[in-house]
Amino acid sequence: MTTTATPAPPDGQAGAEVTAPRRTPARKRLVPYWLLLPGILWLIVFFAAPLVYQASTSVQTGSLEEGFKVTWHFATYWDALGEYWPQFVRSVLYAATATVLCLLLGYPLAYLIAFKAGRWRNVVMILVIAPFFTSFLIRTLAWKTILADGGPVVGVLNSLHVLDVTSWLGLTEGQRVLATPLAVVCGLTYNFLPFMILPLYTSLERIDPRLHEAAGDLYARPATTFRRVTFPLSMPGVVAGTLLTFIPAAGDYINAELLGSTDQKMIGNVIQSQFLRVLDYPTAAALSFLLMAAILAMVTIYIRKSGTEDLV
Amino acid sequence: MAVHETTEATAARTPNRGLRWLRRNIVTLAGLCTLGYLVLPNLVVMVFSFNKPNGRFNYQWQRFSTDAWSDPCGVADLCGSLGLSLQLALWATLGATVLGTMIAFALARYRFRARAGVNTLIFLPMAMPEVVMAASLATLFLNMGIQFGFWTILIAHIMFCLSFVVTAVKARVMSMDPRLEQAAQDLYASPVQTFLRVTLPIAAPGIASGALLSFALSFDDFIITNFNAGSTVTFPMFVWGSAQRGTPVQINVIGTAMFLIAVACVVVGQLAGARRKRSKRS
Repeated sequence: MTTTATPAPPDGQAGAEVTAPRRTPARKRLVPYWLLLPGILWLIVFFAAPLVYQASTSVQTGSLEEGFKVTWHFATYWDALGEYWPQFVRSVLYAATATVLCLLLGYPLAYLIAFKAGRWRNVVMILVIAPFFTSFLIRTLAWKTILADGGPVVGVLNSLHVLDVTSWLGLTEGQRVLATPLAVVCGLTYNFLPFMILPLYTSLERIDPRLHEAAGDLYARPATTFRRVTFPLSMPGVVAGTLLTFIPAAGDYINAELLGSTDQKMIGNVIQSQFLRVLDYPTAAALSFLLMAAILAMVTIYIRKSGTEDLV
Repeated sequence: MAVHETTEATAARTPNRGLRWLRRNIVTLAGLCTLGYLVLPNLVVMVFSFNKPNGRFNYQWQRFSTDAWSDPCGVADLCGSLGLSLQLALWATLGATVLGTMIAFALARYRFRARAGVNTLIFLPMAMPEVVMAASLATLFLNMGIQFGFWTILIAHIMFCLSFVVTAVKARVMSMDPRLEQAAQDLYASPVQTFLRVTLPIAAPGIASGALLSFALSFDDFIITNFNAGSTVTFPMFVWGSAQRGTPVQINVIGTAMFLIAVACVVVGQLAGARRKRSKRS
């Protein structure tokens, strides 16, 4: 195999002992690097390098006709922030609300799958994962049907006077749900719910059920058991789930576009239209970096606060 | 204990019974509600695939019809975009799975200097909003003067699927018992034989789930494709465009078919897994 003259196949333990302590030949030490090379090169060229390129674009000025030049024009950032801060604030608010809703909705389902589903576990699991494989744009469009003006959902909410309350809170407008913040948050929650459920389930499944019995034996009520045992032990899942939900939700522009109106535009919508319609690349680049910085800052604070730094 | 039981029995007979049942099953009920929330749009898509809308938009129920099912390709460009998306997803899966599996093995099996850096580079694409990745890659292509189309989409898809494959395969390889490979070597298997007959079969479920995930991600991706496709229209982009122009019922047919195929695949996978487990036990 190697260039060093290898004796006949080691017969028995003596041979194995001789080969073991020998230094690994250089060719073998290079194996991991050869394995990494193509994939990492791909990521460097098509992921890391574009980000650097994007950074330089954000400080360029010029126009599409004359071409863009790096002029270290940092004012783009201030202008972008000055003009689009409402969309920034809205993105964070919507994404945070959707994340909290995902946690509230997802936790019972993850708990159900982990501890109570029994032989139904696989069926429930399939029902959680399968929607993933249908085009999510089609499913988001289905929400248009569900929340349609004069549809059953609006009808029920209206007869229960829920819409009066929500429109007073500014979540809906008049008798409709579509093209209101409620619809966008509903779509965001729906689209990112599986990203919350799966990590929650993974961390709940790892909990030894005997811990629940032990808590019960020590006269803890179910609620106390949950608060003192189950929930703290599921924290890695909670943190992973909230991050997996919040980050893509903050940058999403599909829900705001399909279920909202111009009053619900999020920062993703602005980046998309700056890049693809207005063709103002520096502003689009500056907005992307502002979004990234905001998310990075919030994620860092969150991870510090939740005390699971080993997670990332 | 006996006293306790009798009090419970009497309490059960009081009108509080419903309330107690509710309290005991509140988690299950809440979970099932969430499940309903998750599945509801799929049901709506299914039901509305049998609709016959009056206008261009398929948002309101008019009357039952199987027209769309008997002619799923009856809309211009729909099946073309579907074929393109399938092709893209296939190649992207192949590329991402091969590259990702190699990285996963390197990370799981070897200690080397750049390990922490590589881990970060793998983690970042999953933790970054898609718009940011999409816009920056498109900026690069634009400045290099590369024509947008099939190849730029494929490059982008392999890029963002890679991390998910690495994560899936790495988890599997890390939990693998290294003694199995040692045993194979002790039995005079060559490194190639060991890899093909022992390592690969054990890692296969991880590779399969990574591949399946990247197929689904690539097939369904809209944001990154939107920035890097130019005038090429994939299936999600067709759906996006139809949201403005008018949604044909055929979109619901394809959505329903995708859902059913996915469920069938997962069920078959589960059954195969269960059978393997059973045969191993006996």
